[in-house]
Amino acid sequence: MIQLTSRSKVVVDKKMSFKEKLYLPAIAKGMAITFMHMFKKAATLRYPEVKREFAPVYRGMHVLKRDEEGRENCTACGLCAVACPAEAITIDGAERQKGEEKLYREEKYAAKYEINMLRCIFCGLCEEACPKDAIYLTDRIVESSYTRNSFVFGKDLLVEKMDDRIDISKRKKEYHID
Amino acid sequence: MAILIFKIALILILFLISLGVAAYATYGERKVAAFMQDRIGPDRAGPFGLLQPIADGTKMFMKEEIIPNVSDKLLFILGPCIFMVTSLMTSAVIPWGTAMEFGGVKYAMQVADINIGILYVFGVVSLGVYGIMIGGWASNNKFALLGAVRASSQMISYELAMGMSLIAVIMMSGSLSLTDIVTSQGDGKLWGFIPVSGLNWNIFYQPMGFIIFLICAFAECNRTPFDLPECDTELIGGFHTEYSSMKLGLYLFAEYINMFISGAIISCLYFGGYNFPGLTYLSTVLNPNIVALLSFGALFAKAIFFVFFFMWIRWTIPRFRYDQLMKLGWQILLPLSIINVLLTGGILTIFNK
Repeated sequence: MIQLTSRSKVVVDKKMSFKEKLYLPAIAKGMAITFMHMFKKAATLRYPEVKREFAPVYRGMHVLKRDEEGRENCTACGLCAVACPAEAITIDGAERQKGEEKLYREEKYAAKYEINMLRCIFCGLCEEACPKDAIYLTDRIVESSYTRNSFVFGKDLLVEKMDDRIDISKRKKEYHID
Repeated sequence: MAILIFKIALILILFLISLGVAAYATYGERKVAAFMQDRIGPDRAGPFGLLQPIADGTKMFMKEEIIPNVSDKLLFILGPCIFMVTSLMTSAVIPWGTAMEFGGVKYAMQVADINIGILYVFGVVSLGVYGIMIGGWASNNKFALLGAVRASSQMISYELAMGMSLIAVIMMSGSLSLTDIVTSQGDGKLWGFIPVSGLNWNIFYQPMGFIIFLICAFAECNRTPFDLPECDTELIGGFHTEYSSMKLGLYLFAEYINMFISGAIISCLYFGGYNFPGLTYLSTVLNPNIVALLSFGALFAKAIFFVFFFMWIRWTIPRFRYDQLMKLGWQILLPLSIINVLLTGGILTIFNK
């Protein structure tokens, strides 16, 4: 028979020796093992205070990025909505008015940008489709809620705040090689 | 009159200690389980989770009390009561320490020094089966009934081997009184030549009897690897499947009290009870009350060690199959304990001529 792994053990139906039949040595050995485990470091993280770091490829809640001057990157081109296999994204575009140059980077912007988090499958295709570095999936978790409507996230939740910028450098390296 | 007050105070203290130990044993169990599985365990309620038993108890009291319609209501309530009462009653005959002295009068640290103490323990322990049996029967639920049947047959089979292994101890001490058994382990040299006072423990004479007794104690307390009466994986919860609120709490609580008391009894029978090396010397220099407390501490530490041992075993060994359990009890432990009795009798007749 071919050995598939180095760890496989051949099971033999042999008679147990007297020492094995006593069971007590085996029990003592087992107890020594469990006792040694008492001094090992616990694998537990005290969750709300300490959080486990996500893998760089983790795809959680989306963010709509702003550039360094705080202008929204999104130009409402709609590529993300087209790419979205779950049809979770709804966009209404609008033209930038005079005096709004500080808010939006280009002359068209998304007046409404909604992602239905219940439809979203967090595949990350919107992120790949975006030509303007506007949308990214982050390591944040979509919080649970009691009503369906509250899972439709608008711009108020998606666009990053200037005083609380979201670091997406890890994901940027992963997918966008300049 | 003074002796009555002392006894009542002792009963109250023992009651509180048993309950306190049982409460903290639940916390200890969870902590020990966690440590052995590389986890942290309960640590949210108070520092290191020390208030966890209080939270658990409050939860138990707050829960809805459900008595099934099809159950026998009187017996359903009686079951946990019997179990709790019997588990608390056992502590009455245990000598918890050397005598205390107030105003020149000596008071034994024992609620009742009956000359058949160990028989009393056995009688009360076997009454405890009724708590499980009645509770399981009155639930009118097949899982509860199965658990109850398993519990009663298991307890009956293991009580035999337990009693047999005990006979060897009784033969050595020549008395059924727990006080005599403990004091006989206090004086004399170990094996007749090792001059350490207070270490003349039965474990050094009766290692096989001790192992048999220990295994039977596990079975009597329904602890892993003999927790078939309440195995969650097969019987949902065994005899306490239908119980809720504080009635369930009483069952769980009584189990931990049983563990503590059986730890104390094992210590009394095989580990010298309240004796520890140096006790005779200390009793000549120190106040007798302090010595009594020290000896109580020794017995308490031994009992707590056994509670820990019970938990240690629980998180090490898997559960027996039912036929294995019966085979172990009847075909291995019982003959072994009879051989032990014969050996002890033979050796005693040769050496005590």
